Amino acid sequence: MQADWPILSVLVWLPIAVGVLLLLAGDRNSATARWLSLAGSVATFVVTLVLWRDFDTTTSAMQFVEREPWIGAFNAWYYLGVDGISMPLIVLTAFITPLVVIAGWTLIEKRPAQYFAAFLILEGLMIGVFAALDAMLFYVLWEAMLIPMFVIIGVWGGPRRVYATVKFFLYTFLGSVLMLVALIYLYLQGGSYSIADLQAMPLSLTEQTLIFVAFLLAFAVKVPMWPVHTWLPDAHVEAPTGGSVILAAIMLKMGGYGFLRFSLPIAPDASRELDWLIIGLSLIAVVYIGFVALVQQDMKKLIAYSSIAHMGFVTLGAFAAFEIFRRTGEIRGAAMGLDGAMVQMVSHGLVSGALFLCIGVLYDRMHSRQIADYGGVINTMPVFGAFMVLFAMANAGLPGTSGFVGEFLVILASFRANFWYAFLAAVTLILGAAYTLWLVKRVIFGPVGNDRVAQLQDLNGREVFVLGVLAVAVLLLGVWPAPLLDVMRPTVEHLVQQMMVTKL
Amino acid sequence: MNPASITSFDLLLAAPEIFLLTAACVILLADLFIDDARRQVTFVLSLIALAGTAWVTARTGVDARTVGWHGTYVADPVGSLLKVVAYGAVAVAFLYSYGYLQKRGILKGEFFVLGLFALLGIMVLISANSLVTLYLGVELLALSLYAMVAFNRESGTAAEAAIKYFVLGSIASGCLLYGMSIVYGVTGTLELGKVSEAVLALGPNQIGLLFGLAFIIVGVSFKFGAVPFHMWVPDVYHGAPTAVTLFLSSAPKLASFALAYRLLAEGLAGLADGWQDMLIVVSVLSMAIGNVVAIAQTNLKRMLAYSTISHVGFILLGILAGTSQGYESALYYTIAYVIMSVGGFGMIILLSRAGFEADSLEDFKGLNARSPWFAAVMLMLMFSMAGVPPFIGFWAKLAVIQAVLGVSLLWLAVAAVVFSVIGAYYYLRVVKLMYFDEPVERRALEGSGALRFVLSVNGLAVLVLGMFPGLLLAVCAAVIP
Repeated sequence: MQADWPILSVLVWLPIAVGVLLLLAGDRNSATARWLSLAGSVATFVVTLVLWRDFDTTTSAMQFVEREPWIGAFNAWYYLGVDGISMPLIVLTAFITPLVVIAGWTLIEKRPAQYFAAFLILEGLMIGVFAALDAMLFYVLWEAMLIPMFVIIGVWGGPRRVYATVKFFLYTFLGSVLMLVALIYLYLQGGSYSIADLQAMPLSLTEQTLIFVAFLLAFAVKVPMWPVHTWLPDAHVEAPTGGSVILAAIMLKMGGYGFLRFSLPIAPDASRELDWLIIGLSLIAVVYIGFVALVQQDMKKLIAYSSIAHMGFVTLGAFAAFEIFRRTGEIRGAAMGLDGAMVQMVSHGLVSGALFLCIGVLYDRMHSRQIADYGGVINTMPVFGAFMVLFAMANAGLPGTSGFVGEFLVILASFRANFWYAFLAAVTLILGAAYTLWLVKRVIFGPVGNDRVAQLQDLNGREVFVLGVLAVAVLLLGVWPAPLLDVMRPTVEHLVQQMMVTKL
Repeated sequence: MNPASITSFDLLLAAPEIFLLTAACVILLADLFIDDARRQVTFVLSLIALAGTAWVTARTGVDARTVGWHGTYVADPVGSLLKVVAYGAVAVAFLYSYGYLQKRGILKGEFFVLGLFALLGIMVLISANSLVTLYLGVELLALSLYAMVAFNRESGTAAEAAIKYFVLGSIASGCLLYGMSIVYGVTGTLELGKVSEAVLALGPNQIGLLFGLAFIIVGVSFKFGAVPFHMWVPDVYHGAPTAVTLFLSSAPKLASFALAYRLLAEGLAGLADGWQDMLIVVSVLSMAIGNVVAIAQTNLKRMLAYSTISHVGFILLGILAGTSQGYESALYYTIAYVIMSVGGFGMIILLSRAGFEADSLEDFKGLNARSPWFAAVMLMLMFSMAGVPPFIGFWAKLAVIQAVLGVSLLWLAVAAVVFSVIGAYYYLRVVKLMYFDEPVERRALEGSGALRFVLSVNGLAVLVLGMFPGLLLAVCAAVIP
């Protein structure tokens, strides 16, 4: 089904155009800048709703395809399209960005136009990353994305923002350049940068292994997986609230998306050979990082570590598929792990974004992220307390929330793969509950901790709206995940087939 | 050579050089009758001379390789492209320099005349088909540059830089000449085409040729400013007036590429194995030392000097691949580098004013608060130099790495990307100073409308050529046979 207007190009370029417009308008009139950025981001979201409505859920083929020549010398194309894996992530991106704009509405006093412009440009680039079907276009957008994020953390971040943002940039840059070498190698072998061509290309096991390792570096840094995760807590702690939300909700998903789009289909044999490595790293992330999260004193850091642990479920679910297929020979069974990974990505996007927004709400009032500075917030901020408890429950994977669906599917899939994977993964449900609920207990419940907490004002209308929308989404996805699963089913099954067919 | 045997065909072939030489001489004479108050006449005449040369080049351009002047001169598409880019680079350098020189009271006609003679040297070098012509071009360029570096007579550092440049440059020229003489001695000819045939006939293991080659590589590396023959670069870049540094880092780099291309790719292709190994060492050292030492710099001109060294490492990477794809990528990289480099030094000129050089990194603090647009221009230039898409510098690095992978030098490609990550750090630091720090001084930027306009176009070129790199890449691919 081909749209008669270039819907994906609009999604990529509309926010970027609005962002450039904001930059040109300058910071003099901040009210105009706010309304303009809200209009731009909401319009983008509305367009993604059209994308969702017209999306054909019966096929794994790429839809809304646009293909124009771009760089003749490299045979690179301006080639966009979506399938069941990328479409939900695009909707997620366009859903989160307006919320970030609203959350930063009056809080950003320093150069507001540039702040909103950075987020809108970032949004366009992120949508482009998910929609790109040409590896060179993908890489360009993937790297270009670092520039606005670098500026966001560096300009509007906390006291150690420079250290955090440079670390973030160099870490991710180092990971990606090796992916570039791998992509060029593939191009020289096959003469095409089209992702579909790369996926169809026969490769020896040695080639696949080297390519897999190069991809792994790029995507593992982004996810992030243990032991290349250390940039994330720093970046999260120092980033402004909006930056943390985008980072957790969408940027981390790019790593997971990269595994599904590149590593698994392009190097399936190497992925099968090295699945133990990814599963091992994922379990370390899930268990060890869970313990690390338990001892954090800083709320943002705690949620950052919790993000790493939850993203561990994504990589675990994706790579458990090989073991399941080896044992049962069922495509459908293997697909369950990938389903879980996808749901977990979307759900984590909503939940972690919401938690960072909650912490932002507290930080704006108290200018502290230390857990010890709070206590009994529910007494002065009952509405906020209710939201925070809901999102904490979702983070801990309570049934009825979106967090449950993803984790349950992944654990179920790992049971089919290996009892011990499932055992370790399930243990962390307890850990996850422990660190999140303990956080809630110390911050929200109990007697009022100090005078400053006693003077807290409850949420204003704007904050209620932002958290309310997220709460609805979390609950909706928790009780009725079928629409999401239906959208991705054909694509995931197609992906599993690609993974199980050897390229040797 | 008997003068009577020069044909009108020869004259037509070298028409751009002849035109520029005549124009430069006329300007030199005319400048005698112009007083300091009306020095802009010289400036405008120089720009007209450049435009005229470009017009002559366009009219007399050749579609295929054509040799004239008894085998000493060659006109070919790659030469025409290099020349046209050089005219543009020199014109932009003049535009950037005018206000700078004026404010410092050193707006002399000689600056433009020397610039035109340097360009003439570049053109001779680009069109050289014999070792002697090549050397003539190298020397004409070098002598003009020595004088330009010392252009500000009052400045001690400039004089020191000029002396250093002159002494080291002479040694390098000597090495180059020595290498050429050995090649001449072994092959018995000065014409590059015949040298190439003779080298192929002698085979790759002729010890005399390899000995001569080593000296030639020394000379070429020096002219490029590659490690370990880079010692002059930081001092000269730092000591020279910024307008001259800008000039130095633009068109002469095209000449260095032409020197390497004519000598190695056309003349000594038969020794490719020999010079590939030598250039691998030079290139890796340049990327390593250039990028690492740049981190320690506090002066922006010195930082850009070391950054140049690392870029040269990348250009050599393309050349050492030894394939036409490699030369294309090196050519593309050189052009991309020239565009970025003139922009970088143009920013220093924009921030400078009478009696104050904005060449310290600190001077860029809080630029975003003073001028969001020029902070954005500098941001684009820095990310482009770091090789981050969607800017032109990324495609240059991509093309070079692709060429290196094309000849199965995987480790070299990995080394190159790792060094580019190390290099990203100091470019990021400039962005950090502009955006994350508060300004030390808040006065508005000076700089004429023309300077601002050219600089804005320069910054946008980095972005637009980065978003649509296809055209320039296709041009580079079309001119290399």
